[in-house]
Amino acid sequence: MTEKTFTEAAREALTDAMDADPTIFVVGEGAGERGGNFETTLGLYEKHGPVRLCDTPICERGFIGMCTGAAMTGTRPVVDFMFTDFILDGLGELINQTSKMQYMSNGRLKMPMVLRGCIGIGHSAATHHSGSYYPLFAHIPGFRVALPSNPADAKGLFATALQSDDPVFFMEHRQLLSLKGPVPDGEHRVPFGQAAVVREGTDATIVALTVMVHHALQVAEELSGEGVSLEVIDPRTVAPLDMETILESVRKTGRLLIVDETFMPCGIGAEISAHVTEHGFDELDAPIMRLNGAHVPTPYSPALEQAIVPDRAALARAVRGLLAE
Amino acid sequence: MQSDAGERFELHRWLYRTMFTIRTVEERLARSFMAGLIHGACHTYVGEEAVAAGVCASLSEDDAVFSTHRGHGHALAKGVSPVALIAELYGRETGVSHGRGGSMHLFAPEIGLMGTSGIVGPCILQAAGAGYSAKLLGNGSVGVAFFGDGAVGNGAFHEGLNLAAIYDLPALFVCENNLYATEVPFSHASRNPEVAPRAENYGIPGVTVDGNDVLAVHEAASRAIRRARDGGGPTLIEARTYRTRPHAEGMGLTGVYRTEEEVAAWREKDPIKMFRSRILSDETMTESDLDRMESDIKSEVDEAEQEAAAAPWPDRGTAARHAYREAP
Repeated sequence: MTEKTFTEAAREALTDAMDADPTIFVVGEGAGERGGNFETTLGLYEKHGPVRLCDTPICERGFIGMCTGAAMTGTRPVVDFMFTDFILDGLGELINQTSKMQYMSNGRLKMPMVLRGCIGIGHSAATHHSGSYYPLFAHIPGFRVALPSNPADAKGLFATALQSDDPVFFMEHRQLLSLKGPVPDGEHRVPFGQAAVVREGTDATIVALTVMVHHALQVAEELSGEGVSLEVIDPRTVAPLDMETILESVRKTGRLLIVDETFMPCGIGAEISAHVTEHGFDELDAPIMRLNGAHVPTPYSPALEQAIVPDRAALARAVRGLLAE
Repeated sequence: MQSDAGERFELHRWLYRTMFTIRTVEERLARSFMAGLIHGACHTYVGEEAVAAGVCASLSEDDAVFSTHRGHGHALAKGVSPVALIAELYGRETGVSHGRGGSMHLFAPEIGLMGTSGIVGPCILQAAGAGYSAKLLGNGSVGVAFFGDGAVGNGAFHEGLNLAAIYDLPALFVCENNLYATEVPFSHASRNPEVAPRAENYGIPGVTVDGNDVLAVHEAASRAIRRARDGGGPTLIEARTYRTRPHAEGMGLTGVYRTEEEVAAWREKDPIKMFRSRILSDETMTESDLDRMESDIKSEVDEAEQEAAAAPWPDRGTAARHAYREAP
């Protein structure tokens, strides 16, 4: 184990994968000589040159479509998109092309393509640099969606993404990029579809996504002083989604709260809630609760920005409400 | 000289055979559409056969072709058999996409047919991507996109040509300018009536050819493909052609967008008819050689149709397979 930042950990996975697999190449604005807007490819251009570390014009639709064609013809592209908002211009390519090629070809084509970059609210980035949109991608057959919440998972999930033959979204919350934590040295892979129980407890289950995992852990710690025992689950991937681990937890606690920074309607919380209702209704001692960011575009002013994101106080209130049911 | 003549004979025979096969299959499919054997849309390639044949003559199975909604001709010219094509349109298990695709999603990646598509534009980007793979792998392959004039106003045209140009990708962009996007005239869709000169905007060569002259298409395409393989980068070819059937089967042959006279004039410039005269005047083959070839192709297509019609339906239990490579 070595202490690393989230970004360093993900970069280690990319560095190792690019050494091992000469078909991997990275495209993006500034992904080449500059080393990535968020230092995602630092040092790799010197090692692998401009074909494998490819600077692009600002044409997300174009390079997503290009990478789709590349993935169909024997290489493994990594789209370094900076902010997920930017790839919305490529949504037609992603949903109509990238996600469907394997099915349309009756399984004869592979689609080993990774799309990685930032999600999440913070830094007064306002509404074109703070989107998350992962429920949208999780909705589409064909895609894998990974949401690492710590440096070790960043390395392990990215390593898995870089070996996957399905298209993978690897989405990094911007507030986590400089977070430090212990990271396993050498090869480290976290399989998709395996949630982590990051804190064990007996009174209620909190399923938290990406940055919310940290809020949930802090609230669990605070409330433990009052004798409340919370279990915290980090799904780590939302496509596939490990419902079994969540159901198992609910069987034990009887109470479930899902906390997710992004929008509530048709979101991951709705999916989890429906699944638990269908398959674990008898285990529930209280209605399932959801806590989400406000259903609005992201405002700029710090005062407004803070008002739309669930914070620890809101989470603690929600937990108390759930326990009182 | 002997071997040049031999090569010319082989080329002419392949081109004629390919064009006539496409025509015969398309006319067969048009009848099948009327008979209710085709379950979705069917856009035929009648009148444009010289483009697919002229380009694909210089391609190998390792070159990747990305095609359009009007893609039967590209599939056949790339090597898909008539029975695999017809069976796909009939929705059968033996279809080229095993019944998952239909007319607009024909996939035979093992021979470099990387899909026809129901969406206009993406094929341009994907061909650039195949060029990117070829450049990274150093395998000498070329990515080829076929698209219509309807794609020229789409952002994918601009982004794809620019990306292929800046990275010097081995790619060929073939615009089949048949004057109409569905039923919207190109003159309504663009102030600039020319497509090929737009290549200059990207710093790459652009060539206009008579898309009904298969030898002209072949010459332009083979030069561009050689250039791409030699590391010279992409080329844009504008092949001026015309579809002499409706946009899709079941639609009108003419309408507010074109006249009977215009269709009749283009039928006079039929690419197969023109090439037949050329072959006869060049004496590479005789009238009876060509008649025999045509009659063989007609029998083959009839047999293919019968085989397709008798082929099994896909097993409904497999409908959810292949959305993912790995089990979710």
